[in-house]
Amino acid sequence: MIAITDMTALELSRALEAREISSTEITRAYLDRIDVKNGEIGAYLTVTYDEALKSASLSDSRRARGEALSAMDGVPVGIKDNICTKGVATTCASLMLKDYVPPYSATVIEKLESSGAVILGKLNMDEFAMGSSTENSALGKTRNPVDTSRVPGGSSGGSAAAVAARMAPYALGSDTGGSVRQPASFCGVVGLKPTYGRVSRYGVVAFASSLDQIGPITRDVRDCAAALQLISGFDGRDSVCSREEPPDFSGCLGLGIEGMKIALPEQFLVEAVAPDVRSSVLHAAEICEKLGARVDVVSMPSLENALPTYFIISSAEASSNLARFDGIGYGSSAPGIDSVDELYRKTRSMYFGPEVKRRIMLGTFVLSSGYYDAYYKKAVRVRTLIMREFNSFFERYDIVMTPTTPDTAWRFGERKSPMAVYLGDVCTVPANIAGIPAISIPCGADAGGLPIGLQLFAKAYNECGLLRAACALEDEFGGSGE
Amino acid sequence: MSRIYEAVIGLEVHIELKTGTKIFCACPTDFGAEPNTQCCPVCAGLPGTLPMLNEKVVEYAVKAGLATNCEIARYARFDRKNYFYPDLPKAYQISQYDMPLCERGHILIATGDGEKRIGITRIHIEEDAAKLVHDDRYGTLIDLNRAGIPLIEVVSEPDMRSAAEAVAYLKKLRSIVLYAGISDAKMNEGSMRCDVNISVRVAGEDKLGTRIEIKNLNSFVSVQRAVEYEFRRQVAALEAGESLIQETRRFEPSTGRTFSMRVKEDADDYRYFPEPDIPPIILDNAAIKRISASIPPLPDERRRTYMEKFGLSAYHSEQLVLERSVSDFFDAAAALTEHRQILASFILSEVLRYMGEGDAISVSPAQIAAIADMLGSSRINGSGAKKLLGALWGTEGDPAELISALDLEQLSDRAALAELAKRTIAQHPNMVRDYKIGKQSALKALMGRAMSISGGKANPEILRELIVLELEGQ
Repeated sequence: MIAITDMTALELSRALEAREISSTEITRAYLDRIDVKNGEIGAYLTVTYDEALKSASLSDSRRARGEALSAMDGVPVGIKDNICTKGVATTCASLMLKDYVPPYSATVIEKLESSGAVILGKLNMDEFAMGSSTENSALGKTRNPVDTSRVPGGSSGGSAAAVAARMAPYALGSDTGGSVRQPASFCGVVGLKPTYGRVSRYGVVAFASSLDQIGPITRDVRDCAAALQLISGFDGRDSVCSREEPPDFSGCLGLGIEGMKIALPEQFLVEAVAPDVRSSVLHAAEICEKLGARVDVVSMPSLENALPTYFIISSAEASSNLARFDGIGYGSSAPGIDSVDELYRKTRSMYFGPEVKRRIMLGTFVLSSGYYDAYYKKAVRVRTLIMREFNSFFERYDIVMTPTTPDTAWRFGERKSPMAVYLGDVCTVPANIAGIPAISIPCGADAGGLPIGLQLFAKAYNECGLLRAACALEDEFGGSGE
Repeated sequence: MSRIYEAVIGLEVHIELKTGTKIFCACPTDFGAEPNTQCCPVCAGLPGTLPMLNEKVVEYAVKAGLATNCEIARYARFDRKNYFYPDLPKAYQISQYDMPLCERGHILIATGDGEKRIGITRIHIEEDAAKLVHDDRYGTLIDLNRAGIPLIEVVSEPDMRSAAEAVAYLKKLRSIVLYAGISDAKMNEGSMRCDVNISVRVAGEDKLGTRIEIKNLNSFVSVQRAVEYEFRRQVAALEAGESLIQETRRFEPSTGRTFSMRVKEDADDYRYFPEPDIPPIILDNAAIKRISASIPPLPDERRRTYMEKFGLSAYHSEQLVLERSVSDFFDAAAALTEHRQILASFILSEVLRYMGEGDAISVSPAQIAAIADMLGSSRINGSGAKKLLGALWGTEGDPAELISALDLEQLSDRAALAELAKRTIAQHPNMVRDYKIGKQSALKALMGRAMSISGGKANPEILRELIVLELEGQ
């Protein structure tokens, strides 16, 4: 019989529905697995043993009474540590919030709880979601389960590593510039960034408000559709959250991609993209054609501007969003200070890590009077151009297809220059800039056996089309990349 | 020879909107609650929280704009104003920077030289900060009850030239927001706060002098005194050949002087940028029309009605509309009597005297209308009316019954009054002598004596006529 921790979330759901297994058994299996693996992988910052077993037992009672809250009632989940969980530390992997316990839960947490999900714990990440390798965590190191000498990607590195290492059937991450998709790609799992507005941001500690979106990291596309169903929908606490009723995402799957039109931007088939990655993407394109889709190589010139646009806008918003960590109301506070200005200076100097400081300074600079027009304002204009270009492509194409990352997972400490790391986000940031949904699915491995991710974009609120195409390709690739 | 200077004054007025709940969360906004009992994760600015705009705030701000003749933006947005201060939980204030909701309005004030138009540059929406409380034992404490209370900031053009004009503007603005029903506008509770920008220049010059800002004035008297002091200070400095520096000053009511708080060496850099968490405000004509229709008649409109329909003087009309409660009372009474001028004069001179500041009028419009009728038909005179009002205050008494009970009916019988005139003149030969040598005060004195003999009941017009007749006849 297949091990519990090898089952997908939907397989667990079916086993629970069929009373073949209890949530307590599943939860124990995962907690045991975490005990065994977390020392090596370092995915979890907090494991909520007691709460998880209590939730599992409540779920079992509900199922026994025939009162399951949803098909996923009793299925465990791991949560990135920048999503607020009432009564459970939410650190953003920062010394600034090392001991911070929020008095409220994020909307996605409430939604998960109201569908009976069992929360296993909180997952490591780059500090305040700034980074692409989880090396910027101030609270621990997370290793890539595929090759533990390599980074898991980031910023949702803990989430991707937990799913890949079978330490959670699925997990939530947050994606501001690729932070769900890139680690999913590095760890060989599926990661989805929904349309901006599809999932409430209430309770995710803001990095860049106009770009942040919570997304699931799962073992396969079917789980991804099921997880998205649990967390999406209108929320009266997030003004940008859409009133549009989410469709039945799982119902969109299994329809194949015959007749779909797919654009392959030449901008992401250039030499900066590793040869193995390029050939995997081209191979995926061939499969699409074989399955009856039309694939055109196209030029999307505005994509070349997406990365600088992203770094200006995200840093500007971050500099404002992170200003509230001032040592006064909550979080860490520098000791032995004489004045309020000293409190600000010392607290922020002591408890923010170097990458966070770098982004705050960059963001402060681009918003400063005298520079605002040249940087922030121009970036906002370029953002509009990128959105327009995507919109015009989505009049002719259902899907835009790219690699998720130009390269596969790197070794710890290998990328020392921040710029080298930033460049790795080139393929993922356009989705955040344009507010459109994007998914990364495993599409093979490089010569060293490291997973390669294929990224698909669809137009805003067309997660259905996106998941449908991803599912068809995944079936063709033969399930999860492992 | 000293030159003549003039002050150039502009006001920035913060007004709390009485929307019941805060601007971005559902916390209540009641004044005077126990510290930190009206706050939640959102107004405390906890990580992960997001603002949800209270629609009523936009509605009220549009009302303020319409009531001050502003153009209302069809597209407006919020911006973040970034700065560190312990009273600002998010370290940015959600405000409006370059796309405010209302622009280019004006209000009219009454001055010694007649009506004057004061321009309104803009009105924008923003959130209030928390309140810092300084405690001897615990140091500085933060009360979040005020954080997130909706405010409008009304910025005037530098159109005022004196303390009196600044106060008139402030009173008019207060009266307008009270009429529009969008704020309590209580300066003593901080629901209306005023910053004054003032510079001086030689009268007649176009160029503006160095601008000084006086922060946080919380009464009309403070505005008056601060402006007067600051004008004298700046003129004295210029006369002494000193140059003024652009700075922010604080007014100290106990000494009546202003003190430097900080000098603006560089403009503060608030790094404003559009608030990404709140979609833009989009208003169509229908929405603006709907809001417009919900604004009750405002002071200027009522004032015009009083002058054009009731024939009241400009002065009486202006005085009546200063307080909405007074104007409403007048309107109710005016519907019951034809003697509107008498009514207005009686309310302004006598009824307001009875009513202390902030107190209610403790007589009914019907009672006052009845008094106006009696005055108009000469059944009673002014002195009788005053006595009657005193007797009616706080009761439901019938003026017509009281008038006989108190024996207040006016004496208009010519024969009786002629007798009274004769008697008074006979008793005061020295006053008659004064009159004969042209002393006008003598007539007044004789009138006073005669009125007094009648117990205040004599019809003064007829009495005067008869006294004069008697004097001339001698």
